[in-house]
Amino acid sequence: MYLSKKWLNDFVKVDDVGTKVLCDKLTLSGSKVESFKSEGGKIDKIITGKVISIEKHPNADKLLVCNIDVGKNEPLQIVTGAHNLKVNDIVPVAVDGSTLYDGTKIKKGKLRGVVSNGMLCSLSELGLSKHDFPEAVENGIFVIQTPCKLGQDVKDVIGFNDTVIDFEITPNRPDCLSVIGLARETSATLGRPLNLHTPKVKCDAKFPLDLKISVEDKKLCPYYSARIVSDVNLKPSSAWMRERLRAMGVRPINNIVDITNYVMLEYGQPLHAFDLTTISENEINVRLAFDGEKIVTLDGVERNLSKNDLIIADSKKPLAIAGIMGGENSSINENTKEIVFESANFFGPYVRVSSKKFNLRSESSTRFEKGLDPNLCSIALDRACELVEELGAGKVTEKVFVVDSVSKKQVKIPLDCEFINRFLNINLSKEEMVEILSKIDCKVVNDEVFVPSYRSDLKLKNDIAEEIARFYGYNKILSTPLKGSMNGGLSKKQKFKEKIKSTMMALGLSEIMTYSFVSPKSYDKLLIAPESNLRDYIEVKNPLGEDTSVMKTVAIGTVLETLSKNFNYKNQNVKLFEVAKEYFKRDGDSLANEPEKLVAGLYGEDVDFFYVKGVAEELLNVLKIRNYDVRSCDNVTYYHPGRCEEISFNGKILGIVGEVNPVVLENYEIKKRAYAFEFCIDDLFELSNFEVEYKQIPRYPSVERDIAVICDKDLPAINLEKVAKQSAGKFLEKVCIFDVYTGNQVPEGKKSIALKLTLRSSDGTLTEEQVQSTVKKVIKAYEKLDIKLR
Amino acid sequence: MKKELEKLKEEFDFDLMNSNLQKDIENARVKYLGKKGALTGILKQMGTLSADERPVIGKISNEIRNYISKSIEEKTAKLKFAETQNRLQSEKIDVTLPGKRIRLGHKHPMSIILDEVKDIFIGMGFNVVEGPEVESDYYNFEALNLSKNHPARDTQDTFYIDENTLLRTQTSSVQIRTMEKQKPPIRIISPGRVYRSDEVDATHSPIFNQIEGLVVDKGISFSDLKWTLETFIKKLYGNNTALRFRPHHFPYTEPSAEMDVECFSCHGKGCALCKGEGFIEILGCGMIHPKVLENCGIDSEEYSGFAFGVGLERMAMRRYKIDDLRLFYENDFRFLKQF
Repeated sequence: MYLSKKWLNDFVKVDDVGTKVLCDKLTLSGSKVESFKSEGGKIDKIITGKVISIEKHPNADKLLVCNIDVGKNEPLQIVTGAHNLKVNDIVPVAVDGSTLYDGTKIKKGKLRGVVSNGMLCSLSELGLSKHDFPEAVENGIFVIQTPCKLGQDVKDVIGFNDTVIDFEITPNRPDCLSVIGLARETSATLGRPLNLHTPKVKCDAKFPLDLKISVEDKKLCPYYSARIVSDVNLKPSSAWMRERLRAMGVRPINNIVDITNYVMLEYGQPLHAFDLTTISENEINVRLAFDGEKIVTLDGVERNLSKNDLIIADSKKPLAIAGIMGGENSSINENTKEIVFESANFFGPYVRVSSKKFNLRSESSTRFEKGLDPNLCSIALDRACELVEELGAGKVTEKVFVVDSVSKKQVKIPLDCEFINRFLNINLSKEEMVEILSKIDCKVVNDEVFVPSYRSDLKLKNDIAEEIARFYGYNKILSTPLKGSMNGGLSKKQKFKEKIKSTMMALGLSEIMTYSFVSPKSYDKLLIAPESNLRDYIEVKNPLGEDTSVMKTVAIGTVLETLSKNFNYKNQNVKLFEVAKEYFKRDGDSLANEPEKLVAGLYGEDVDFFYVKGVAEELLNVLKIRNYDVRSCDNVTYYHPGRCEEISFNGKILGIVGEVNPVVLENYEIKKRAYAFEFCIDDLFELSNFEVEYKQIPRYPSVERDIAVICDKDLPAINLEKVAKQSAGKFLEKVCIFDVYTGNQVPEGKKSIALKLTLRSSDGTLTEEQVQSTVKKVIKAYEKLDIKLR
Repeated sequence: MKKELEKLKEEFDFDLMNSNLQKDIENARVKYLGKKGALTGILKQMGTLSADERPVIGKISNEIRNYISKSIEEKTAKLKFAETQNRLQSEKIDVTLPGKRIRLGHKHPMSIILDEVKDIFIGMGFNVVEGPEVESDYYNFEALNLSKNHPARDTQDTFYIDENTLLRTQTSSVQIRTMEKQKPPIRIISPGRVYRSDEVDATHSPIFNQIEGLVVDKGISFSDLKWTLETFIKKLYGNNTALRFRPHHFPYTEPSAEMDVECFSCHGKGCALCKGEGFIEILGCGMIHPKVLENCGIDSEEYSGFAFGVGLERMAMRRYKIDDLRLFYENDFRFLKQF
């Protein structure tokens, strides 16, 4: 909301208060100032001058050489390209060293060999348009009509010297979407009197015709008033009104439209003007639309109305969507002779729903939807009529047509001083509180606060506490430490997640954060089958675009996207992980199951399948998850079917480790091998056990024996480990595979595997016989499976 | 014999002088002192000497034995020292060559800040609570005093799943869920992802992270709120950080406030960064609206509380002087490795 400081000064004296000081004070009392600026942009040293001679440029047909009297001894010679000037015209002169609205610096120079001591300005060079000065020519030098001295600052002459303050008005204070509303806040903040004006209408005209007004649902329109203006004389409004509208960011149109805007800005009450002759049978009906009714609004768009849209209609047709926008058919035009001013109160939620539905936000609807004070209607209508008379825009007729069903009951809230003092931890007497409340027009009678009708946001004692607090000063309230101690901390699960993250980082992976929503196309990129239930994702009804339209059910997609971006940036070794949610539909309600996953994606020189597997294994080791099973896995589409491992515990899959399927890599435009793994965090959490019991460090030495065996090429190596563990007996401490070989000395279809057996007893040093017999047991078990010693 | 011994000594000196390896010295030791060595050989002839000569020669030969032993010991030590010196010399490397990097991974900058925030609040007795991102209209809006068609809903452009389900626009929903389940006293923060339908640019993202906090107990006042938040911000940005509170409006708190910190760039004078205000808004807060407490089954006459919310991205941007929010979600390794 823009506020003209000059206009504000009509109601509270502020012209002696620095704008920064004023803004700081208002901000601290609750009217947040976003910014403020002086009108006129960067304009500097542009002054008025009178044209005393115009001659042709000796070297250029299109240029003229003027002599301009700027109130100094010597006239200035200035070259111009414009041809709309006459001798004695008053023009804005940008002299040597001056600045235009947009910051352009003007210096004296030569134009085709003739000295030019500056520049004559057009409207646009002053940051203005024909809307601001309808009498000016479109292309050419702005000829100033306002009487003035020569050499005066042009901003002062044309009233382009206001200060405009931009406020952030919160939705609970629609009353502050007006000059008077902000004047009230200013008056209370500065402790200066508020000088309100009571409009006076002379209304000398009679009119032979009555309006028939009916309101269908009083709740949707508690107040409707209308007044006819005859003998309308449509023309630009006066300069002072145009100046104020411009300062408030509203473009001047004509006197009638300007008056409705002016009153809306001043009082916060939107008004509308109908052309009387377009209203059939002089009937004004405020009613809900019928399904199928249509209206073309002022912006030229045809709108399909339905039974939830509140409209203004005559006996035949809709004239306006209530509180939002008028219809084209009833709008005023240059032939309009009689108008009807409407000043009404409409129920906010209906205005809001319709304006959202039509995607039609207007200055009017943004005010109505927040809930306006119905008592504004009458004074705003009077003010409009007063301005009609003042501007000579027409004749205001005698009769005001009103349908009024506004409750006259005033809102009362108990003044609970003890509560307020305790709640804010301040210490004010009742008298001090009453004084603060009186500043904002709240009278206290018998410990009850009588709330003015424009403050519909005040309902509870907390609301009164806030009013006291903001004029007492938030920053004067003490700070006191919380009383009582409480045990704070992370839950076990939260600590577990931290452990996962720190382990990942220790293993060289960096944390990333990616979007939760993806494109449905990403499922194609991941080769996920059309019938897969992973595609039964939750869809966003109103996404920003397709790329962010479904909630991901596969966390790895955005990780691969990230790898792709990094690849594209030519980052060499990239090792990333994310703790991310997946979102699945669930039975019973419309919310989601949101399991968390650890997902990693890696590529780089040192990275291969076993590197990634090593990272995953070390994670499980750190989390104290042991005795898990692994097997190869060829059914997860985005992994290489021959290079993918499934890690499970008691048949439950914990995670997958693998090389990314080359087709998927191609889809993501990653032109090197990449690897990934994923674990379900809940499952890891369930299995991890950080209860550690110390085991004695072995006292007797271990014995190592290496054996090499020949087995089928397809036999998973892990089976050799398993068989050794099952068959060796109690002395086998560890078995590990340290070499795999296929080639010359190994038969076709076979491979050679070398294992190291580590044997130890806790009771003494092993004897050679004990060692021999253990190794024999293992070899025997192998032989049963047709695995021969090499 | 005496002459023989003297000759032997001379020969030994010569041999030792020419011994430059450990092995040569060992040979010399065997040659002179061994069982079949030269000295032993000479001493074997001691029997042929007269009783007068014997002690004299015995003495001389002992001296020579000691001399030889000592010389060998010294020479050995000298050689070893030289060898060590040689080795140290020859093993000299250029230590200014680069080290073999063992690379740790990097924490995402937002996680770093979030950890700090958590630490600060845990120190004040807060717990950390999480909740669903796909949320019902009730928990996200209605229970927070934002009925359907409340104009304040427009300030939070919402992604909907269906009429009553949405992507949460604030983590306040977690506060409602907590208050429903847990009896006061309550002190929690709820960090997490929130969603608003803002187009992506340098300062907007449809996904961002919020940390909301909630305190409910008997006798909680506005001055408790002020202390808690001042403590938080001063611990985060330093004790000298200048702060101010100013009135604001949130449907779920009354009174409501926003907290500003003095502009880091101009220190309150007003500059382009703070749009001339001298202060930058940092968080929203307020005393919990009695209706919100009642919605959660908490007696608003007996209990009171405060709530606040702060954006994680903005805190991280301020801390690291990051000027484009998109960097957080782009995860360019050249960005990540800086933290």
